[in-house]
Order: sequence, then structure tokens, then C-alpha cells
Amino acid sequence: MKINKLTFLFFGLTFSLTLARAEEIIVEKETWQPGTKAPVPITMSGFSSEVDATLRFDLEVAGFKFVGAEQAVYALTGNNNGNVQGALALAKTPVFSKAYSGVSLRRQAHALADDVVQAVTGKKGVAQTRIAFKVDTGPAGEIYVSDYDGHNAQAVTHDNTIVAAPCWAPGQTVLYYTSYKFDNPDIFRHDLGTGQRKAISRHSGLNTSAAVSPDGRRVAMILSKDGAPDVYVCDADGTNLKRLTATREDDSSPCWSPDGQWICFATKSKDRRMLCKVPASGGTAERISTGGVSNPTEPDWSPDGKWIVFTAMMGGFEICVVPASGGSASVLVSGEDPSWAANSRTVVFARRRGGGRGLSLLDVPTKQVKDVPRISGSNSQPSWAK
Amino acid sequence: MKSAKFLNLIVLGLVLTVPFVGCKKKPIGVTTLPSSRIGTPTEPPPGGIIGGGTGPSSAPAEPFVGTPPGPGHPGWPEDHEKFKAQTVYFDFDSAVVKSGEKSKIEVVSAYLKANPSHAVKIEGNCDERGTEEYNRSLGERRALAVREALIADGIAPDRVDTISFGEDKPAVAGHDEAAYKMNRRDEFVLLTPK
Repeated sequence: MKINKLTFLFFGLTFSLTLARAEEIIVEKETWQPGTKAPVPITMSGFSSEVDATLRFDLEVAGFKFVGAEQAVYALTGNNNGNVQGALALAKTPVFSKAYSGVSLRRQAHALADDVVQAVTGKKGVAQTRIAFKVDTGPAGEIYVSDYDGHNAQAVTHDNTIVAAPCWAPGQTVLYYTSYKFDNPDIFRHDLGTGQRKAISRHSGLNTSAAVSPDGRRVAMILSKDGAPDVYVCDADGTNLKRLTATREDDSSPCWSPDGQWICFATKSKDRRMLCKVPASGGTAERISTGGVSNPTEPDWSPDGKWIVFTAMMGGFEICVVPASGGSASVLVSGEDPSWAANSRTVVFARRRGGGRGLSLLDVPTKQVKDVPRISGSNSQPSWAK
Repeated sequence: MKSAKFLNLIVLGLVLTVPFVGCKKKPIGVTTLPSSRIGTPTEPPPGGIIGGGTGPSSAPAEPFVGTPPGPGHPGWPEDHEKFKAQTVYFDFDSAVVKSGEKSKIEVVSAYLKANPSHAVKIEGNCDERGTEEYNRSLGERRALAVREALIADGIAPDRVDTISFGEDKPAVAGHDEAAYKMNRRDEFVLLTPK
């Protein structure tokens, strides 16, 4: 028999509706350009006080925007009666329904936020990760560790001296940082689990800006012992020191490529400040162009290898992102001293506010920023644990 | 012909049903969060201090004991007043010793030649218009620039130490050029044998 026109139309409509629904699920595209992505509209109800506030904070950092039910693509419902329970729906279709227990309501809220991020983007959330940073009260300060949103902050030093540049060893509860405890900027390795501390670099002059390699085996740093602040690399215990640059200028802020092959740093050449990279095993440095901005400094290389985030000093300070191979830089937000999360999407940074610095979180694709509550004094130089 | 029509209806029925049952997910059981990760006190004890207690949690930082002295002149008494008038000032973002500042370095050099057992520490500083690690490096570069000038004048390198304070120790509080220019400086600290 002939398939009559009505049947064919019906068949065709249903088939195309099925296709449309399948495409709707993939809301998040894999690639984005910094600062150009629209936030994902979400509506939320049923939670209260700290759980509601935590979910809002976490999801805004993750690139969501809270809207009314009519404009929302996703809906998060649940409650925190006793423990946190939450259900996510996409255009009225259930995506997941989960309940949590243990630790604290705040932590459960973070876990729910991470599950929302995982379901929507397919990538792991950062709401249960930690940062290290320094807190200054006057010139002296201490190194602190906290949740990524600044909560549960605790001092890990009590030396009452100038400290600087904390940096996590990847995958370990170990921090490297600079301390003037012995009347000179020296680099120390601090095992947070055992409390043990060891001097890694105590050469004459400046020892600062430790950066641990992705495999945890080597440390890049700035030493001035040979006449100018230059980039050096050594083993994680401070041995096998090798000099990588000899520029006579003030090199600063080394960071590693995720494959461990390159060290990117800030330097000056022919009166022009720029970012360069040098092979970690030694060799010739090459420039990483940062088109459109000047005086780049404090670079950090994204864990997926694609981007370098840095501070441009152009009168004020601007957080910028450039492709790791160089090119056109995007100016994202006022601030300094950025550090990537493991998701290669969120950046913690510092910005000057009200007489001192405080920390903030930036979602690079959407440019959304949330301020982190400040511990008294000035909070700066954050490092995201990875 | 009737069976073909019937087959069409079955296919149609299946196609209509699939979108409505295909994507539904069942609720999962409770996710229990671990009480703590290694080295992570997720719930700080009432005192707010890391350490103590049971399970994997951070230990208090070891006090530094038995650490050998570093290079330079550890323990030598410091006189911050002696060379106050010889503080060397720098232009913005520069570590170049300006010609107008050189006579100050000559005063320090002459003193060191007259007092061969004494040494000097040069403290390098910056204004706040750079980022922190950038300023720590620039301050050191400024200290080294003046150290080079002293060495060029015949002072032995091991009599001249450097230390950078970046932007940590402004001489003048303030957020204008009047303050900034007073902060971009090297200060000389006289060191005498202990």
C-alpha cells in the first residue's frame, strides 16, 4: 500500500522531534573563546540559607546564571531538610536525582553543585577543591589553605615574617613557598600532612617564585645568585640545580607547560616586557606574543595545554588569556596573579579592593566573577591545588 | 497490503513511544561524602587550628630548628641609619642607576674602603604599580645594579649583600607619584662584625 501523505508527515515530524531532543541535551559546546560564552540559564528552588547560598555561588562560578522558570533551560530542585537532596531537570526531563550525607551541609551543597556541572558540561566541577594563598597584615604574613571559595581557611605557617608565592606540588598535600624567616627570601618545601619543612633554596640574593613541574619531580624558581634574577630548575629536593636564563633583566614568575617540556616566564628584552618560554631541559627562549596588551607578567599555563592566563600591567592590572602558542590576548577582568583550576576553565586571582587585596574567582568562558570572602589583612598570590 | 499497513502502524507506534521512555533516569542511592581527604581538615576543630585529632589531617608546621646559617653575613648587627642620606632612587619600571645618584654610591664605597672589616646590605624596593613577584624580582635587580656599581669601584663582592622587599616596605604610604617615587629605592644597611 502506499504510505499516504498524512502518515508520512506524522512519521517525519516524530523523527525530527526525536533528533531535536537529542541535540538539546548537548547544551555545552566543547570549545569556547575566552569571555564570549553565554552563561547557562538555570532556575533553583527548595534550598535554604547556607545550602542555597553555596549552590548559587558554586554554579555562578561554574558559568550558570540564575533566572526565572520561564527563561531557564535547567531546573535544580531539592531541599536541605537534614541532608541535601537535589534533582536536576533539563526542559522538564529529569537528568538526575541524588541525596548526600556526611561532613557538612556546605560540603554536600558543593557535591551537588559538582554533580550539576558534571551532568551539564561532562566535566568535573571544582567546588570541592582547595587553594593556598598568603595573608598579609603589614609586611609580615602567613600562608593559608582554604576551600576554593575561601571557607574553612587555616594558617599553615605561624612564623610572623614576610612570605610569598605559595605553590602546590601537583597531586600532593605539599606546598612550596618563599619565606624571609632567616632574613632572606628563601624557598621552602612544606609537607602539610606531617608538618615537616625543608629549605630547598637558600642561595645568596633572591630565591622565590617556586613552580613545581606537573610530574612533581622538579621545581622552577627565580634565583639572583649569579648576578640577575633568572630562571633556574632543580630537583624537588633542591639538588641538581641548572640555570635556564641569563638575561641580565629581572626574569620572574616561571610556570610549567602541562607536558613538562617548557617553562614560561616573564622577562624584558630591548626595553619591552614580554612572556617567553624556554625548554625545561635547557635551550633558547622564545617569545610568546600577547597581541593587544602590554607588560605581561605572572603567567600560568592551563592544565589542558591550550591557554596561558597572565596579568597585564597597563596602568592598572588586567587578567588576560592568550592561546599557549601566542597570538591575540583577551582582556577579561581587572585583577592580578591568576592560577588555573584543574578544569582549565576557572581561575582564582587577586584584586585590590578597599585597602588591600582580596581573592576572586573567574569563569574564563563567560567572564563571570565571584569575590571570595576576605580574611583580615590582604589576601593574595593564590595557588589552586591540582 | 493489509499487513504492510499494520507494519507501518507498529513502526509509527514505536517511533512515537521511544522519545518518551528513552531518556528517563532513575534516582540513585545516597552519596556519602568521605569524612576527610588526606591532609585535609574539612571541619576545623573549634580552635580553628590545624592538626591534632584523629585521622588524616594536617599537622602543625615544624618550627625551624637546627637550620644552618645562610650565605652573606648572618647575625652581623645592622645599622639602618648610617647611610640614610645615600638612599638611591629609581625611575618607574627601571633598575638603571641614574647619573645623579652615583655620588651617593661613592660615599658608601669610600666608607667601605676606610673600614675593611665592614660590609653592607642593599635593600631593593618598588612602588606598588607592579604585581608582587614582578616587584620582588625588580627590587632585587635594583639592589644588584648598585652592587655592581660598588664592585666596579673596587669593593670585594663578598662585602656586598642584596635583599629585595618588592613592594612590601614602602617608605611613603600613598597612591600617587609623590609617594611612588620615594618607594622606588635601594637602601644601604651597614653591617659590622658581630
